[in-house]
Amino acid sequence: MTTQTQILRSKARKRAKTADKVATVVIIVFALSIVAILLGLIGFIMFRGLGHISWHFLTSNPQTIREGGGIGPPLFNSLYLLVLTMIITIPLGLGGGIYMSEYAKPGKITSFIRLVVEVLSSFPSIVIGLFGLLVFVNTFELGFSLLAGALALTIFNLPLMVRITEQAFAGVPREQKEAGLALGLSKWKIITSIMLPVAIPSLVTGTILAAGRVFGEAAALLFTSGMTTPPLNFSDWNPLHPRSPLNPLRPAETLATHIWKVNSEGLAPDAIQIAAGASAVLVIMVLLFNLFARWGGRTLYRYMTASKRMN
Amino acid sequence: MVMPMPFSTEDLSIYYGEFQAIKNISMGFPAASVTALIGPSGCGKSTFLRSLNRMNDEIAGSRSTGHIWMDGIDLTASGTDVIKLRQRIGMVWQRPNPFYKSIYENIAFGPRYYGIKNRKQLDEIVETSLRRAALWDEVKDRLKESALALSGGQQQRLCIARALSVNPQILLLDEPASALDPVSTGKIEELITELKKDLRIVIVTHNMQQAARVSDYTAYFYLGTLVEHGETDQIFTNPEKNSTQEYIMGRFG
Amino acid sequence: MEHSKVTPREAQRRRLPLEKHRIEDWIGRIYTSVCVVFLIATIVSIVYFVTSKGVATFAVNGVGIMDFLFGTRWAPDASPPAFGAMPAIAGSFLVTLLAALIASPLSIAAALFMTEIVPTFGKRILQPAIELLSGIPSVVYGFIGLTLIVPFLRDHVGGQGIGVGAGALVLSIMILPTITSVAADALANLQRGQREASYALGATRWQTIYRVVLPTVLPALLTGIVLGMARAFGEALAVQMVIGNAPFIPTSLLESASTLTSIITLGMGNTAMNSIQNNALWSMALVLMLMTFVFIMIIRLLERRNRI
Repeated sequence: MTTQTQILRSKARKRAKTADKVATVVIIVFALSIVAILLGLIGFIMFRGLGHISWHFLTSNPQTIREGGGIGPPLFNSLYLLVLTMIITIPLGLGGGIYMSEYAKPGKITSFIRLVVEVLSSFPSIVIGLFGLLVFVNTFELGFSLLAGALALTIFNLPLMVRITEQAFAGVPREQKEAGLALGLSKWKIITSIMLPVAIPSLVTGTILAAGRVFGEAAALLFTSGMTTPPLNFSDWNPLHPRSPLNPLRPAETLATHIWKVNSEGLAPDAIQIAAGASAVLVIMVLLFNLFARWGGRTLYRYMTASKRMN
Repeated sequence: MVMPMPFSTEDLSIYYGEFQAIKNISMGFPAASVTALIGPSGCGKSTFLRSLNRMNDEIAGSRSTGHIWMDGIDLTASGTDVIKLRQRIGMVWQRPNPFYKSIYENIAFGPRYYGIKNRKQLDEIVETSLRRAALWDEVKDRLKESALALSGGQQQRLCIARALSVNPQILLLDEPASALDPVSTGKIEELITELKKDLRIVIVTHNMQQAARVSDYTAYFYLGTLVEHGETDQIFTNPEKNSTQEYIMGRFG
Repeated sequence: MEHSKVTPREAQRRRLPLEKHRIEDWIGRIYTSVCVVFLIATIVSIVYFVTSKGVATFAVNGVGIMDFLFGTRWAPDASPPAFGAMPAIAGSFLVTLLAALIASPLSIAAALFMTEIVPTFGKRILQPAIELLSGIPSVVYGFIGLTLIVPFLRDHVGGQGIGVGAGALVLSIMILPTITSVAADALANLQRGQREASYALGATRWQTIYRVVLPTVLPALLTGIVLGMARAFGEALAVQMVIGNAPFIPTSLLESASTLTSIITLGMGNTAMNSIQNNALWSMALVLMLMTFVFIMIIRLLERRNRI
């Protein structure tokens, strides 16, 4: 009887060991295949695109029908649109995040706001684009313009900014706040002068990562900033002039919308190469945003805490 | 009726939700003296200390009944400007919490906020405060460096200097030396003895020797009540209540 | 005391009659509240506009709701026009479900690999890499689909290459990082003690994973999958680029089809505001929005279970 149980037990153990080995191998194979797929894709983009990137490609105008088009204006538009978006998003996101972290009291209203942030962050970006078309482009009569695009991207990015800010402030040690309170500072003074400097490193990291996301967004822009760029005069930097690259009321196709347009309706014979080059530029930019975000956050943290001269 | 002392509590109770953490405590804090609050963990002494500058208001769900008197003003009255009252009551915590700023900025921040913009005057306040906290000689050549680069003991003295920079009348110390090494602890204790000449000091401590060394009055807390309160010598040598004696003896032994 | 000339009382007197700290606190309170109100106003107006435009198809243009939801013929420009959204709705659900089916096992395996097999390497190298991949723009995924997946399917599987299969593959790659990072977070947050108790009983790693780890983190894994599905359902351009955009319910994975998002993307630029054709697109947007709510509800339910 006992020996039988023992035999059964050792059989079960053997089976368990085999199952363990098989499962481990399966997990490793799956995981490695993902890594291979993803690395392969990035490699593919780089392989296809890098050869096409040149100074000329980065600076010249796109061509509709002829060969040799570049991505100068779309690249500029992407960067400029990002700046406009961040100018609108950062103050709003900071305010919202600070409210959630420092002012909101637990209760119905706060959980409602949390739900709002969650809903807003899960909206398909094409729906936000449609909303932008209806409200910013048509109702506000901004037309297809950088400003309409920036507003749409603000909606797209705001929930993330709020969450980043809330988390950054929640990460500030409570003792810092208490020290400020005991000194008789107003709450707002504590937030802006005591907590903000402590929160800055994670704010910077989060914001740059969010910026990377904004930089690659296209669906929210098709119907807000438009799919064309008027001829620009790169020597005119007066934002009020219609030909000026800085004019926020002109339509602007970005790098991401340009890739989409070239792929879906590109007539130029080298459309695929252009899309590949532009995709490679886009991926490189996102990589740079990532690296910069990590590096920036770390450096700032070190700067804030280490024995460097500061004021 | 006896006039309440310029700084005292009257029938003060603190609740966290349904839980009553502090039960009807009335006690005064005489000028130019140190009052030590002692008692086992969870006895409410820290809560009591934190309620004296209404820091408890920051904890969600806390409320209080009774009064805290300061120069005839009731600090718990609903119209009281809490921020303004905190400007007259300094506080230092168990763990040093300097601002993420330079040593100079840590001290100058409060006075500047109170309206002192003159650079020379600020320099003077920084030097005086650091001298009073016995830190000046160690940091005078590196005032522009981050306060976080200081050692734990130095940081704690910096926090005391920061509290002194706005010239409070009362200093609340919440186990100010318990996270420090013996040398730093000694320095903090010396400092307390020096500072009490100008201030009322209230200190929470777990260390009986420390309470005996630095305080003039001692209050023993147990389960949210004030069991015994009197001159330190009397409390330590001849307490009225058995539980006080047991606690002190247990701690000494 | 050298600076006794600036007692707080005196400093108080120097302050303006309207006290600084009160003004500051008002500024802070008003500023942050305005931001939150803006946030709420934004979501309210999105919901309001999408709903009112989406409902106009039925209320103003007289299209039947059932004809819209279950009609199988989408021909907005025919006469008489037909506005059956079933092909698009079916396409959206089909690509989303397929993408989740492909991506979930791979992602969970990757998350297990990162946390259970090579935890240090996983945390230091793989997690940042996965986060990086979730930042790659969707048009890039669409381009990859168009130049890599579509030709591959065409040459090795058959058909035109474009279609539901290509769309699902592109989406599954897109949502891999989403599911993986949620799953990895959940696994990493699992208390060490539970795992060690299982090992102490002599269980193998797989037994531990299978019997202890996975059941515990199941709600979190499902949350990750639903998040991925929400992303896939709402994704527009990457799908539109590879799915073929034929307005029919597909009968094979290699057949051209369309999704709600792809029809909106292509149609919005070619229809006049307030026309019935345009309003029908808004009705599709309304369906997308309602599905977003459904996904959020599911996630909230899962999170509630997770807490218990």
